[in-house]
Amino acid sequence: MVSFSAVAKRYPGGQEALKDVSFSLEAGELAFLTGRSGAGKSTLLKLIPAIERPSAGSVVVNGQNVASLKRAAIPYLRRNLGLVFQDQKLLYDRSVFDNVMLPLAFSAQAPKEAARRARAALDKVGLLGREKANPIQLSGGEQQRVAIARAVVNRPAILVADEPTANLDAESAARILEIFVAFNQVGVTVLIASHDRTLVERYGKRVLRLEGGRIA
Amino acid sequence: MIAWLRHHGQALRLGSRKVSVLNALVIGIALSLPAAGTALIESLRPAGERLALEPRISLFVAPQARRAEVEALGARLRADRRIASVRFVPREEALKEMSEVQGLSEVIGALGRNPLPDAFVVTSKQDIAGELAKLPGVAHVQADAAWARRLAAAAAIAQLGVAVLAALLGAALVAVTFNTIRLQILTQRDEIEVSKLLGATDSFIGRPFYYLGLLQGLVGGVVALAIVGAVLGLLNREVRVLAESYGSNFRFAFLPLSEAGLVVLLAAVLGWLGAWLSVHRHLRAIEPR
Repeated sequence: MVSFSAVAKRYPGGQEALKDVSFSLEAGELAFLTGRSGAGKSTLLKLIPAIERPSAGSVVVNGQNVASLKRAAIPYLRRNLGLVFQDQKLLYDRSVFDNVMLPLAFSAQAPKEAARRARAALDKVGLLGREKANPIQLSGGEQQRVAIARAVVNRPAILVADEPTANLDAESAARILEIFVAFNQVGVTVLIASHDRTLVERYGKRVLRLEGGRIA
Repeated sequence: MIAWLRHHGQALRLGSRKVSVLNALVIGIALSLPAAGTALIESLRPAGERLALEPRISLFVAPQARRAEVEALGARLRADRRIASVRFVPREEALKEMSEVQGLSEVIGALGRNPLPDAFVVTSKQDIAGELAKLPGVAHVQADAAWARRLAAAAAIAQLGVAVLAALLGAALVAVTFNTIRLQILTQRDEIEVSKLLGATDSFIGRPFYYLGLLQGLVGGVVALAIVGAVLGLLNREVRVLAESYGSNFRFAFLPLSEAGLVVLLAAVLGWLGAWLSVHRHLRAIEPR
């Protein structure tokens, strides 16, 4: 589903974020990516939706080599991915419901079907009652759940989350992770970056530890 | 296909919501200048053509004609109601006029005798030059078209001026739209970045901006026509008084429908062009990190 082989990433200026990363995620697998701050977790995750391109090696997602993907093909790659960011990247000029509707606006979804899907996604993260609220009125944990609803509304096969629990209290963090586990149980491949090792180890899932630009 | 139409409908709605009245007004005022110029020129053209239809006609009498014949011809011309004025130019006077032109006096002196015929200069509102040529004793007729030529030259200059003005203000329209769209893109930076992250194509993101440019130009074009209409209406109130004192019913006419349509169409196309330039320059610069 997701396969990295001998991936290196150097930023202009010589900073080497990733040296030699190889791993493979099978379809339906859930894995955690851990490592200290600055270990390159975010860089690694950004290679999957082609936000960054590798300097060397290949990143294969859904059978496509992202490293050599044309610019015009990137949007279609991203539509098959669910992305969750540490800072949520919600839009505060519109309601929770409209935030979740956003990815459906540019797919070929009929409006009624799109609205139905958005409600279903909000229901899965337990926020159906807040659809008319502005994201700014929600707590950090709730905002992250809106972001997850937006990520899954297009029913992606792969879900990628970068520190989704970073700024949350333990209870909210656990709730977020349970949502990811629930999606994984219905067949979605999930990769979650987190620096919180005690939280990660509680689930007994596969852990990829990033150290010095390599998977240890 | 349905999805495509829906996307365009959506983009049109989004774009139309951002059309600024003030920008449309700026565009309208700018475009009203060449549009009004065109309307004025178009209105004056028939009036100018009437002027050109009242030229001087010179009749040259046959050299062998006797004095009595010449006088009979003069009487006949004066009796003709279509002729406004008649002036007789005897051959001696014509020779005198000619020898006053520098350098020609020696040439004429060398000839020994007067080569010029008697002539009549008449003015008429009607095109009777051909008819006059057939009168007995008339050797040659020349319709003086200088007036028409001068007028055509003046009209060409005015037209060129309007064209230059239109080109300059058209460029201004593109620049105004370019800047409007740039500011709009910057305002919507977050939305654009998130949309790109979620898989929106550049053309999807750009589409509302294209519609915004197109509609803003279109509204500007309509505003320009409204201004031209209002200004001509105002002018005509005074023009009517002036024209009636000359026994004319002259009025400045509004642009012909086809040209009015062209103004709106051109404004819309230029607005779209400004949007296209702006989107291509500024949208690509926004990439998620």
